Amino acid sequence: MTLINAILQGIFLGAFYAVLACGLSIMFGVMRIINLAHGDLAVLGAYITFVIVDHTGVSAFIAFLVALPVMIVLGYVLQLTVLERSLKAGILTPLLATFGLSIVIQNLLQLTFSPDVRSLGGSAGAITTSSWLVTNGLSVSALGLVMLVVALIVFGSLQLFLSRTRAGWVMRATAEDPDAAELVGIDSRSVYARATAIAVAIAALGGLFLGIRSVFDPQSGPTQLIFAFEAVVIGGMGSLWGTLLGGIALGVAQTLGAQVHPQFAVMAGHLLFLTVLIVRFGGGRVVLRTAR
Amino acid sequence: MKVQRWTRTSKLFMGGAGALAILLASVPLVFDPDLVQKLTTLLILVLLAAMWNALAGYGGLVSVGQQAFIGIGAYGTVFFAGQGVSPYVAMVLATLVAGVVSVPISLFALRLRAAQFAIGMWVIAEVISIIVRLDQNLGAGTGISLIQLNQYAPNFRQAYTFWLALAFTVIFLAALYFLLRSPLGTSLQAIRDDEDAARSLGVRVAARKRLLFVLAGFGCGAAGVLVVANTLFIEPGSVFSVQWSAYMIFMVLVGGLGTFEGPILGAILLFAIQTTFTQGGPWYLVGLGATAALFALVLPRGLWGTVEERLGLRLMPVGYRVVEAKRDDRAA
Repeated sequence: MTLINAILQGIFLGAFYAVLACGLSIMFGVMRIINLAHGDLAVLGAYITFVIVDHTGVSAFIAFLVALPVMIVLGYVLQLTVLERSLKAGILTPLLATFGLSIVIQNLLQLTFSPDVRSLGGSAGAITTSSWLVTNGLSVSALGLVMLVVALIVFGSLQLFLSRTRAGWVMRATAEDPDAAELVGIDSRSVYARATAIAVAIAALGGLFLGIRSVFDPQSGPTQLIFAFEAVVIGGMGSLWGTLLGGIALGVAQTLGAQVHPQFAVMAGHLLFLTVLIVRFGGGRVVLRTAR
Repeated sequence: MKVQRWTRTSKLFMGGAGALAILLASVPLVFDPDLVQKLTTLLILVLLAAMWNALAGYGGLVSVGQQAFIGIGAYGTVFFAGQGVSPYVAMVLATLVAGVVSVPISLFALRLRAAQFAIGMWVIAEVISIIVRLDQNLGAGTGISLIQLNQYAPNFRQAYTFWLALAFTVIFLAALYFLLRSPLGTSLQAIRDDEDAARSLGVRVAARKRLLFVLAGFGCGAAGVLVVANTLFIEPGSVFSVQWSAYMIFMVLVGGLGTFEGPILGAILLFAIQTTFTQGGPWYLVGLGATAALFALVLPRGLWGTVEERLGLRLMPVGYRVVEAKRDDRAA
């Protein structure tokens, strides 16, 4: 029963990783770049939410809704200033530029908020503490359930957006072939900016969950980036639903690893990731496959 | 027309570099240990920058995980010294281990491209860091001292470590330099300029990249050895920190990616910045990150690359240049 419970908790944890990884997956699918500052943007979202909670005393969820427009604007600005330029300069420049950005965000957060750990758990209401005991040894936490439902909603709405809306078609066309898209009158710059804005907004949602389910500090970003990237790779790069499954696989691997030894949790996730990389030879398709 | 490898400036400069190495070797005899320790730090930075540049500048491999080898070098030294091996022998052994370990890692890592390689290496560094943390004999998460070095008086210890650092730096820079000047080096520079084109001309891209990767494994391992010899204490949190990658990226991008001289210039700049802002702190790191990003976006060839381009200056030439032959040359 402990094993089944571990898998169940792993699925909940994995839903969190999937949300964290979603933006990374979108940006890779559309622009074929990996944003190394993704984890730090998630942590930045958590801090903005924290500040709003701290000043107004509202629930973390309400505060997040206020933070969301800020993050969307930030996504646009990020694309137009840093990523736009780096995209033109070859495949290594986006990595180098976003790595520099990641260091800047971490240390600006440290200057503003001190290295102390913070949490949003106290301001999220009863959701952080309530859980139901299904049978002996098998428990379902309210937060876990919320994360899973939210993850399904996020991935489901993205699917609908990409397959049913005009803006979604435009985005897929640009992902498939930006030059051809330009030929039929699509402005790839604005498509990229929109994709980045969506990615950063979902990263902030990941930051919200990070803050509610545990604690964060200015240096939490890199770990979140690694987990997010692992989820993307395990699920297959460029595949949206794959990222959801990859996140869940990562979560389950970690909770099962923790059954062996508490210190083995993160290690098990890393090993799963490296195994997937070895098996796949580092290939991977680069279009939003499932959205078709 | 004739093809030339050396210019008068570069001959003078190489002579100067040789003289500088000999001059540096006598530093511990004259100056106080504090300065010697600082210069050791500078040599570590030069070594790291040159190795990261070998990977990224010539192999097109952006690694965010070279701290894996720094950690293996540092912890390898502590391990061998703990087994009763003389500390300086332990340092050489640990360097060799880091280089040897890089071979199996390369079999896997070199199949990855761009971001997969970058983060794949990072995860490998994390895995090794976790393994170290699980080992009580290596001090687990709290760190460990290289107590065996205490058998030497501080002045001597600092001098020996400095000489080792100088030897490592000269050996690895020379190895990279002659590698780049050799026929192999021509193919490496071809890969740097256009990997697909080089492959289509029959360059064995994978084998060349492996050569660079293993060289960088040895070099970063040597740097890790020097870190523990210079500071006498290491902990997994700092020795496996991704901050090392941040430093390497800064030095190489500012100095000049894919140039031989650039990373050395970058290392000297970082060293100057570190000694000016001794208290370090977040502002200093904000500056480093922003500068690195700015150089990547605006001046991708770095300071040295730009100078080279504008002035046609070559101090340590690794390529060939076509020059107008003089009249008497033609006769001969």
